[in-house]
Amino acid sequence: MNKVDIVIVGGGPAGLAAAVAAYDDGAKNILILERDEQLGGILNQCIHNGFGLHTFKEELTGPEYADRFIRQVSERKIPYLLNTMVMEISPDRVVTAMNREDGMFQIEAKAVILAMGCRERPRGALNIPGYRPAGIFSAGTAQRLVNIEGYMPGKEVVILGSGDIGLIMARRMTLEGAKVKLVAELMPYSGGLKRNIVQCLDDFDIPLRLSHTVVDIEGKEHITAVTIAEVGADRKPIKGTEERYTCDTLLLSCGLIPENELSTAAGVQLNPVTNGPVVNESLETNIEGVFACGNVLHVHDLVDYVSEEAAKAGVTASRYARGEQNDDSGREIAVKAEGGVRYTVPVTVRPDHVEDQLTIRFRVGDVYKDSYVSVYFDDTRVRHQKKRILAPGEMEQVVILKKQLDETPDLKTITVKIEP
Amino acid sequence: METKELTCINCPMGCLLTVEMDGDEIRDISGYTCPRGKTYAEKEVTNPTRVVTSTVKVVGGRKDRVACKTQYDIPKDKIGAVMEAINAAQAQAPVVIGEVLIADVAGTGVDVVATAHAV
Ligand SMILES: Cc1cc2nc3c(=O)[nH]c(=O)nc-3n(C[C@H](O)[C@H](O)[C@H](O)COP(=O)(O)OP(=O)(O)OC[C@H]3O[C@@H](n4cnc5c(N)ncnc54)[C@H](O)[C@@H]3O)c2cc1C
Ligand code: SF4
Repeated sequence: MNKVDIVIVGGGPAGLAAAVAAYDDGAKNILILERDEQLGGILNQCIHNGFGLHTFKEELTGPEYADRFIRQVSERKIPYLLNTMVMEISPDRVVTAMNREDGMFQIEAKAVILAMGCRERPRGALNIPGYRPAGIFSAGTAQRLVNIEGYMPGKEVVILGSGDIGLIMARRMTLEGAKVKLVAELMPYSGGLKRNIVQCLDDFDIPLRLSHTVVDIEGKEHITAVTIAEVGADRKPIKGTEERYTCDTLLLSCGLIPENELSTAAGVQLNPVTNGPVVNESLETNIEGVFACGNVLHVHDLVDYVSEEAAKAGVTASRYARGEQNDDSGREIAVKAEGGVRYTVPVTVRPDHVEDQLTIRFRVGDVYKDSYVSVYFDDTRVRHQKKRILAPGEMEQVVILKKQLDETPDLKTITVKIEP
Repeated sequence: METKELTCINCPMGCLLTVEMDGDEIRDISGYTCPRGKTYAEKEVTNPTRVVTSTVKVVGGRKDRVACKTQYDIPKDKIGAVMEAINAAQAQAPVVIGEVLIADVAGTGVDVVATAHAV
């Protein structure tokens, strides 16, 4: 059986950044496995700009951002296999993969980095009554059709869900000559970035209807119209508010979920809130030597944070493969999400393995104005940071210094919460 | 006197900005929480610009389309003209990232460049 130090599953921005960081840390025997015909992941279809402001201090499009990392991978001559699907990962890190040339093959890895990204929520979860005629697409599928295949799904469009991909596609289809009639959002706030609401909707006078949903879909073979209604505080449609819109396309932009079938089969424990693996400070899952980063760990909106997080996983995996990260005898601290904080990454911390500082990333469950992000060490508040705004669409983070952890030797639990 | 309403895009606060215009002259800007909002409003009402991204048809290669962008931002009211030029254009494979696909698009003085490779 082939033996390598690190196998990276997925060649998107997470996998690429992890590979580069692992290599620079000294791991030279790395292999990236990617099921697509090119590296770059979802960025290849995200042709709009706005990527890389943090990392490169300039606004790049998705493919340009990916290209920067692909070049770093080629400069280091890090090996990768394309059109190669990983089928299984065993708890002792034997990776089974398949492609046309080699058929089914196995690789024994000292460390595995999960970087499979995420996929869109299936529309079955949307609970729209009525038929399922042709002409209904997820926003990401439409993005691939328009941007990669150059095929326009339709001319008259209604979009349900105001996540960023839906907003981006509202502009994209308008530029390609379609009439986007409206974007309906079930929640009283948009899940998308302000910048996208302004530049994708306002610029083209596309209305955004908050607290609205689709209550009926018409058309037997192909969609011909939808009915939109306002929803109350209970998110149930309000009678008498229905409005009918003719359309030939309905795009659903209803969120993303990490792609973890492989992980679960390997015995990796998932966090029910994120649907991503439960990890410690080194981004290691409950299966020793298996690490996770990027959208497979939790859905990111900014690719810059994906690269940053993945670089961390690359370094810790490289150390693990060298046998440096494997001492589990030290103390372990739990990280808890409370009062408005939906989840944290990581959920456990071994202070012995924290270098200079620990970054805890999290998301809130609602919009908070003029509130505080507080960090508690057991019952003592150690941080109380004022935030003008906190929104579910924006990932937040707090940084804790290793010094602080060392100064609190009896610490059992770190709690992150939002306080008025 | 004309009143324009804008949303500042510089941070998640998304302040609602109100600009009082007298013809081409700004009389008053209100609603911003920090100076970035004021600067944004000034630019948006006097000279709004955008980077346009799309795809250009490719012939002679394996891929049918290549992603592209205007290298710099162009006046917002030229978006339509720029899109027409992009849709009329055709590139010959292989295309390398950064390659100029349309020079001086729609008289804006800005080039449309490839943002991906196409072989
Ligand atoms: C549609 C969309 C629009 C976005 N827009 C923006 C934006 O405007 N600005 C911004 O900053 N961020 C944006 N993001 C976020 C950012 O692009 C993502 O967070 C980032 O691409 C995630 O990187 P990743 O490597 O974790 O996942 P991905 O890019 O999804 O890469 C995962 C890779 O793993 C591969 N893979 C999966 N399973 C297997 C398997 N079993 N075997 C082999 N390979 C496998 C996939 O083929 C894929 O290439 C967007 C995300 C999406 C989904
Ligand atoms: S004005 Fe300042 S605080 Fe308000 S949205 Fe703009 S940048 Fe943010």
